[in-house]
Amino acid sequence: MFSFCTDPSTLPQWQWFACYLTTATHFAFYRSFLMVILLLAITAPLALGMGLLGAMATRSRIWPVSWLGKGYVSIVRGVPDIVFFMFVPIALGQGIEWVFHHIQCPDWDQPIRQGNDFIVCREAKVPPVGAPAWVRNVYAFGMAVVAFALVFGAFAANTLYGAMQAIPRAQVETAEAYGMTRTQAFRRIIMPQMWVYALPGLSNIWQILIKATPLLFLLGLQDAVYWARELGGQKTSLYTYPPPDWRVWYFLVLLCFYLFLTWGSERIFARLNTRLSRGQATAAGERMRKAAA
Amino acid sequence: MKKTALTLAAFAVMASGAMAQDVVRIGTEGAYPPWNFINDNNEIVGFEIDLGNEICRRAELNCEWVLNDWDTIIPNLVSGNYDVIMAGMSITEARAEVISFSENYLPSDPSAYMALAGTDESVIEGGVIAVQSNTVQAGLVADSDADGMEFPTPDETISAVRNQEADAVLADKNFLAPYVADSGGELVFIGEDLYPGEGTGAGFRQSDNELRETFTAIIMEMREDGSINALIEEWFGDGIAQF
Repeated sequence: MFSFCTDPSTLPQWQWFACYLTTATHFAFYRSFLMVILLLAITAPLALGMGLLGAMATRSRIWPVSWLGKGYVSIVRGVPDIVFFMFVPIALGQGIEWVFHHIQCPDWDQPIRQGNDFIVCREAKVPPVGAPAWVRNVYAFGMAVVAFALVFGAFAANTLYGAMQAIPRAQVETAEAYGMTRTQAFRRIIMPQMWVYALPGLSNIWQILIKATPLLFLLGLQDAVYWARELGGQKTSLYTYPPPDWRVWYFLVLLCFYLFLTWGSERIFARLNTRLSRGQATAAGERMRKAAA
Repeated sequence: MKKTALTLAAFAVMASGAMAQDVVRIGTEGAYPPWNFINDNNEIVGFEIDLGNEICRRAELNCEWVLNDWDTIIPNLVSGNYDVIMAGMSITEARAEVISFSENYLPSDPSAYMALAGTDESVIEGGVIAVQSNTVQAGLVADSDADGMEFPTPDETISAVRNQEADAVLADKNFLAPYVADSGGELVFIGEDLYPGEGTGAGFRQSDNELRETFTAIIMEMREDGSINALIEEWFGDGIAQF
C-alpha cells in the first residue's frame, strides 16, 4: 500500500501498523462488512415479502393455500436455523441442477446419484462450467439470500398473521357493510393498520437477522466473523506480518460493528413506531392525539 | 431453430473435444499453513497450491482454487461444487468409504503433541487435548483416555493451548513446528510422535476415476523425478519425510 512497506520487519511501530492494516487481507476484512450490510439490505425486504405471502396464505379460505401457509410457517420455525443453512444451498443447488439436467440432457443414460455422488451432465452445471469467480460468488450470495429469506420469512409470517388478527373485527364488518369485498376490506382496512401491531415483532426479527449473518460462512461466503477469526489467530513467520493472537481486538471491532447496527436500527424502529401510531386507536396513538390537542 | 440446434450440437462436440482444457476446480481449506493458507496479499498459497498447479500444468488442465470450510469439504465435493480436494487430508479408511483418494503426495507424516513448556507428559493420557474436528488426530484422541476438545479451525487449537484451556494440542507435526520455532521456548513438543493415516492424498468423487487416475499418474511421475521432494523442502524445510 505505502512505499515504505517493502520490508515490514524493520519498520517503526506506527508505520508497521499502517502497513499491517492495509494488507490485501485487511481490505477483504473491511469489504466483508459491506457484504453483511448488503445481505441485510436485500434479505430484509425479501423476508418481509415472504412473510406477507405466508400470512395471507394462512388466512386464505381456500384450504390447500391455507395449509401451504401453515405448513411453511410451522416447518421452518420448528427446524434449527443452522440445519436450514446447511440444507438449503446443497438441496436447492442440486434441485436446480436436477431440473436443468432433465431439460438439457434427456439422453443421459447414467444415474444422477451414484453412491454418495451427485452427477449431472456438463450443460446442467449451475453456475456453468468455467464461469468466472464473480459469477460463482454472486450465485453463492444468492443462495444465502434465499436461505435467510426462507427462514426469516416464516417468523415474519407469524408476526404479520398476528397483526392482521389484531385489527378489530368490527372495522372489517363495517367495511363489508359498506359493500367492500373481502379483498378490498383487507387492502383498505387491515393492511394500512396492521403495521403498528407487527412492528415490535418485526424489529425482533430484524435484530435476530443481523445477529444471524455470521452463519454466512457456512454457505461458503467469507463474512466479517470469518476474517476476524482468520486475521486474529496467531500467525507464524510464514506470513509477512506475524502478529501474536489478536483475536480479542478483532472481535472487539466486530462487537462495535454489530452494536452500532443494532443501536442504529433501534432508533429507526422507534421513529417508525411513532409514525405508524399516528391516528391509531392504540394507547400510543391516543397519547399523541391528546398531546397535539 | 434447426440451425441453432445444429450449432449447439457442434459446440457440444467441440466442447467434448476440448475436454483437456476443462476447468478443474480444486477445493481447499486455506487455513492450514504451510499446506494451504491465505497470505497477506489475500492469495491462496502453500505446498498444495504449488503442487496442484504443477499437476494441472503437466496434465494440461485448467485449474481453479476454491475455498471451503473444513467441516463441509467432503459433502461439497460429492455434490459437485468442486472436483478435487487438496487440503492436507490424510488418507483414512473412514474417508475412503465416501470419496476416493489418489496415491499420496506426502508420505505418512508424524502427528505430535505440543504444549506450554513445563507441561508434564502425563497429560497425553489423562489431560485435555485440543484437536481440529473431523481430523485423524480427533479420532486418535477419541480412542485414547484423554479428553478431546474439538475446534473447527486449526488456529483455535493453538490458542486453546496458549490460554491454558487445553493441556496440549495434537496435530500434524509440520503444522506445529513453526509455532514451536517462533515461540522462543514457550511452546514445546511433548511425548512421542504418532503416525496415523497413510499419507496425504487428493480426494475425488468415487465415480470420477478418470481424473483420479490422471492425478495419480502425475503424482507418481513427480515422486520419481524428485520434483515433489523439492516442493516439500521448499515449504516444510529439512527434517521431514520425503519420497
